[in-house]
Amino acid sequence: MKIPLSYSFRSLWTRKLTTFLTIAGVALVAFVFTAVLMLANGIKDTMVATGSDDNAIVLRKSAESETLSIITFDEANTIGTQPEIAVGSDGQPLMTKEVLTIINLRKHGAGPSDLSNVTVRGVTPDGVMLRPQVKLTEGRMFNFGASELIVGNEIADRFDGMEIGKTIKFAGRLWTIVGHFDAGKSGFASDIWGDQNQILQAFHRQAYSSIVMRLRDKKDFSALKTKFESDPRFNDLKIEPEKQFYAEQSETLSNFISILGIVITVIFSFGAMIGAMITMYAAVANRTVEIGTLRALGFQRRSVLGAFLIESLFIALLGAGIGLVCALFLSFLTISTTDFSSFSEIAFGFTMTPSIVISTLVFATLMGFVGGFLPSFRAARLDIVNALRSG
Amino acid sequence: MPDSIVEVKNVSKIYKRDTMDIPVLQNLSLGVPEGEFLALMGPSGSGKTTLLNLIAGIDRPSSGSINIAGTDISTLSESALAKWRSRHVGFVFQFYNLIPVLTAYENVELPLLLTDLSKADRKKHVETALGVVGLSDRIHHYPKQLSGGQEQRVAIARAIVTDPTIIVADEPTGDLDRKSAEDVLALLEQLNQEFKKTIVMVTHDPAAAEKAHKTRHLDKGELSMN
Repeated sequence: MKIPLSYSFRSLWTRKLTTFLTIAGVALVAFVFTAVLMLANGIKDTMVATGSDDNAIVLRKSAESETLSIITFDEANTIGTQPEIAVGSDGQPLMTKEVLTIINLRKHGAGPSDLSNVTVRGVTPDGVMLRPQVKLTEGRMFNFGASELIVGNEIADRFDGMEIGKTIKFAGRLWTIVGHFDAGKSGFASDIWGDQNQILQAFHRQAYSSIVMRLRDKKDFSALKTKFESDPRFNDLKIEPEKQFYAEQSETLSNFISILGIVITVIFSFGAMIGAMITMYAAVANRTVEIGTLRALGFQRRSVLGAFLIESLFIALLGAGIGLVCALFLSFLTISTTDFSSFSEIAFGFTMTPSIVISTLVFATLMGFVGGFLPSFRAARLDIVNALRSG
Repeated sequence: MPDSIVEVKNVSKIYKRDTMDIPVLQNLSLGVPEGEFLALMGPSGSGKTTLLNLIAGIDRPSSGSINIAGTDISTLSESALAKWRSRHVGFVFQFYNLIPVLTAYENVELPLLLTDLSKADRKKHVETALGVVGLSDRIHHYPKQLSGGQEQRVAIARAIVTDPTIIVADEPTGDLDRKSAEDVLALLEQLNQEFKKTIVMVTHDPAAAEKAHKTRHLDKGELSMN
């Protein structure tokens, strides 16, 4: 039987200030660690939510993002004849040939020359239908054939001049904002949408950027993919499930944030571990007689090691708990940055998941273990007679 | 020493300080019969606490053997010795050495955590031990809520709760006022007479030594009969 847990737990509070400061140090590291993982996860969530399971997306083979992709009108027409594509109520294939371009807008509070890239997506009526997560929240849908736009709520909230009724100028035209839309957690919330034809004309584009289609059956995807790989007409194109495409898109940014964030937290964690180590060394020094007594009573060295390690783990886990609770509040925040793959603005939230909670607890346990091991080992190695004499 | 429960044979203890050897006990032999209350007296540095530590199994002799109730403890491994202490030795220290964050009950229960007793059985033992020392009404008090005398009585309850073979007491009255010291000595005497406990006590206090059956004097590491 081990030294009771209550001994380790209550001993923490005999030196309240030191324990509190150490817990605070661990909590800070746990908070940053959790926040980074929540952010990376938020990006993934946003991008994955942008895609739908039922849709497939076609891009140029060499293009890493929609904005860099080109699909000629001929290629688009050929794609439209494929039998694997579902047919709409009008008897036409359920697909949207879209054009993406980037314009510069000013964020609230930014300087006159401090502009951010924002994606403008030219869509067809099918494009609206294929994205059920896009819902108008204010105003009305743009009219096809008119220079009108609807603005995603993340852009409407963060950029100047996005109010309904305002006009913005790009590609030599004035465009009227007629509505705002919500796109759930998806990346479309950081888009501006207009009529595909109007945008093609305004930018003098001779090609689409991407084609999104609803498949007749999800199972048809592999047949269609084989066709794209073998048919010379599709030689320069690639097809992917829409969800997978956006998930891959999120990887660059989310991996960058994860790696940078984790490197920073690991450096921080050394500070927290040294703090825990100092606290535990002080605890051992203050309780030498207690350790001698426990050993004299018959508790083994490993029990003493365990009791002090548990004390250190208590500190770490309490810190992790506080860090996690504070990080939960970040769920209410949304931030935006430039997506590396499309070079345009994307807004996302912090998303907490059970695996993040587990990762943080494991990370904190590791900090507690590393910080507490040497002092606990010292406690376990104490000579009984010397320890008893030190009182 | 056929009837001795404690047999110390030709024991020497030498401490090393840097390169110097400091002999503390020299070729010392001692027998303590079962049920005896023995006082060890002597000037500071005479080696009495060292002898007590050797008998209690928290220190090892440089040479010689120590046999307690048939077990040669000088040959036991460290882990076996710890286990042996938990079963056979009850400790009473000068400064009580109670764990400050544990209640009187939890302090007394500590040695029982090293046994296979169930929680209910441990409770019975702890309550009995605290009853013997007259502190049944203080079981949920922390050491800082007790007087010195009460703390030492809790320590005695902790020492007897496992019904050990011997009780070793190092200056048990050294930190107490006269009245509390008398209470503690009366308790040790009671344990010896009523419960037939073998007690080895180190003391500077002649009044304490008077309560013992026998007093042995140590001087410069050697024993002399009183």
